Amino acid sequence: MLVVTALATVFVRDLFAVIMLFGIYSLLSAGFFLNLNAPDVSLTEAAIGAGISPILMLGTLALTRKSLAPSAIKSKKKAWLPIIVVTLTGAALIYATLDVPHFGDPSGPAHNHVAPRYIKESYKEIHIPNIVTSVLASYRGFDTLGETFVIFAAALGVLALLGAIKQGDADDYRQFSDTASLRRHNILHVISKILIPIILLFGLYVQFHGDYSPGGGFQAGVIFAVAFILYALIYSLSAAQKIISPLFLQITMVIGVLLYAGTGVASLLNGANYLDYSVLGQDALKGQHNGIILVELGVGITVASVMLSIFYTFAARALHTNETSEAK
Amino acid sequence: MMNLLLDDLPALQVMLPLLCAPLCFILRIKGLPWLIAFVTSILTFAVSFMLFNQVADGDILSYAMGGWAPPWGIEYRVDRLNSFFMLLISGIGVVALLFARKSVDSEIIACKQSIFYSAFMLCLAGLLGILITGDAFNVFVFLEISALSSYVLISFGQDRRALTATFQYLIMGTIGATMILIGLGFMYMMTGTLNMADLATRLPEVMNTNTIRTAFAFIVIGASIKLALFPLHIWLPNAYSYAPSVVTVFLAATSTKVALYVLLRFVFTVFGAEFAFGEMPLQHILMFMAVLAVLTGSLCAVFQTNIKHVLAYSSIGQIGYMVIGVALLTTTGLAAGILHVFNHAIMKACLFLAIGCVYYRHGSARIEDFKGIGKTMPWTMAAFVIGGLGLIGMPLTVGFISKWYLVIAAMEQGAIGAVTISIILIGSLLAVAYVWRIVEVAYFNEPTKEKAKIKEAPLALLIPTWIMALATIYFGIKTDFSVIAATNAATTLMGAK
Repeated sequence: MLVVTALATVFVRDLFAVIMLFGIYSLLSAGFFLNLNAPDVSLTEAAIGAGISPILMLGTLALTRKSLAPSAIKSKKKAWLPIIVVTLTGAALIYATLDVPHFGDPSGPAHNHVAPRYIKESYKEIHIPNIVTSVLASYRGFDTLGETFVIFAAALGVLALLGAIKQGDADDYRQFSDTASLRRHNILHVISKILIPIILLFGLYVQFHGDYSPGGGFQAGVIFAVAFILYALIYSLSAAQKIISPLFLQITMVIGVLLYAGTGVASLLNGANYLDYSVLGQDALKGQHNGIILVELGVGITVASVMLSIFYTFAARALHTNETSEAK
Repeated sequence: MMNLLLDDLPALQVMLPLLCAPLCFILRIKGLPWLIAFVTSILTFAVSFMLFNQVADGDILSYAMGGWAPPWGIEYRVDRLNSFFMLLISGIGVVALLFARKSVDSEIIACKQSIFYSAFMLCLAGLLGILITGDAFNVFVFLEISALSSYVLISFGQDRRALTATFQYLIMGTIGATMILIGLGFMYMMTGTLNMADLATRLPEVMNTNTIRTAFAFIVIGASIKLALFPLHIWLPNAYSYAPSVVTVFLAATSTKVALYVLLRFVFTVFGAEFAFGEMPLQHILMFMAVLAVLTGSLCAVFQTNIKHVLAYSSIGQIGYMVIGVALLTTTGLAAGILHVFNHAIMKACLFLAIGCVYYRHGSARIEDFKGIGKTMPWTMAAFVIGGLGLIGMPLTVGFISKWYLVIAAMEQGAIGAVTISIILIGSLLAVAYVWRIVEVAYFNEPTKEKAKIKEAPLALLIPTWIMALATIYFGIKTDFSVIAATNAATTLMGAK
């Protein structure tokens, strides 16, 4: 099914359908990951691949056109070079897998070097049952810090390119967006009122229960953002922005990254290495616990505010372009 | 307290600019983001200077992030190779930011400057993070930080073509990063580790597998895209040309250099020279591509009408020289390559800074705008000439020094060496052609009437330009610092096998 969806994605011309196919592809691979006993990855894939990225892509679509430009469809010019490059790369990948250890082979090197220590010792050293969280937040916490900054950089990029709407214009959007929203649909109205609190609650659960079950800051942040995006879709952008203003989001995303990086600084000031949480509590285990909760919270805040902020920027732009085209 | 922080220098090297990025973003009082960024860049430079001195006699500093010993945790590892690169990158960062205040004011609207400086600091932190880390996956993470932030930086360009240039760079850069990631995945599959030193000890066992050979190919190609090695250079000219002046200065002098470091680190330290050049035909490929890069890069540079394009193509040629040095596969060759990284960064920064001055006054950098500029902006043009002489390789400039060492390294090689030397000569002649074209227009044409009134660039722009111009001469005469550092770096790399 994955292959079929991928092929369909390549051949379908309607961009709207392509985005839906992307979502389906992600949901399928989420199921696939779950089958491979990787619930954390699966949850991430479901939340990001099937949840938020189609929304953002649809946002892009609202800014541009729904199908490819006619010139792009008509030009049947054979692109030989890309085809050769892609084929060669694919061939190299297949060539490489010839010598890969068999799937699930317990004697494979990946299972016998670093990983056993994570599995055997992490409960003793960090004292939380979810090994994935221990590895992400503590053993390789610095990588996760880097990823959080990558997300921050993405927000910078979107704000740099699409942000900076003049304050005066914002009121016009509000009026426009009020009429364009779906708020007159009573059914959506009622259902969303039931759903949004549950989604928020689930987000909080994923955030704070990440130590014990699959989940953590990344997934929780996305789920949290999705709740607000749903609200914005149904009750209009301006209603959502009344609750959480774009500026507030910019402040919270900074707080998020600073919380993570600051936890590291706190370890420095306590005389340990950067991001060494052992010194952040009465004993090493308590410290690890506190540290992980803090950095996961940092990740969650950053991800939620970046996602929502990107959505706001896209949506405001879309309203703006629609408005100007109608004025013509 | 002070002692505590001294032990943590490796972490501070990256964390200072990284922490400063969100601060720049949120503190939007006029001028403040610049001040924070500038002060931080000076501190960062001081940190890399101290690190450079600490490892100068061949020690290796290892710093365990999160207190977890490698290979379980992430290791920061400072040696003579990366400390030299870090010194260069953070130094360029200081000069670029010094130039930035006036130049950014004129090119980027005030309300977005905080985003600009934030992205700039992220980029600096990302590049330093790639250099300092001893963990292969961590390289990828910081590669993403530096790449994303440099896309943001380039998109700030005033010309609308900056957006298409960014997009092209984004696509190429993402392909490059994905290739590196796939390579890393294969390596983890076969060894179960991500730490570079650990990889180096565990790889030989599984060296003879298709998986590792493919991983090697993917990583080399991925790094070559980032390095803009011919024929993977197409993203570079437009990205450099349409970016804001400061960004061009900073990226031209740093990002391709860091990509070269990634290539060197993986080829020599992780895979080991024996595998890379014995089993795989890397030497011939690199040599061939580098020679083509020198020739086509320099030749294209001759025919451009936008001066930023001229210099961008010349960069592609100059990258060729660096790779030639590496492909000679001797300590002297490698040292010459690394020396050229240092020297080229200085003279390219000088040239792009001078162009930034012209852009500040003229609002464009086409060759027509240079008419008579030798009379209206004498100081700027003098700095440009010094940088240009460096590109040609005139004695008393840094360009001469690195070409001299490259020729010496080539002479040890016999037949290949003879070819190399002739390529270097042809490249230098082409450099004479493209530099002379600009100089001729600048000094021997009369300025048009409206352009004749244009004054010299303000002092705030001239000072950083002349710092680099003087550095071009200083390191061209007093060579012990750079030559010793480059040779040390090369021995570390060859010995690290």
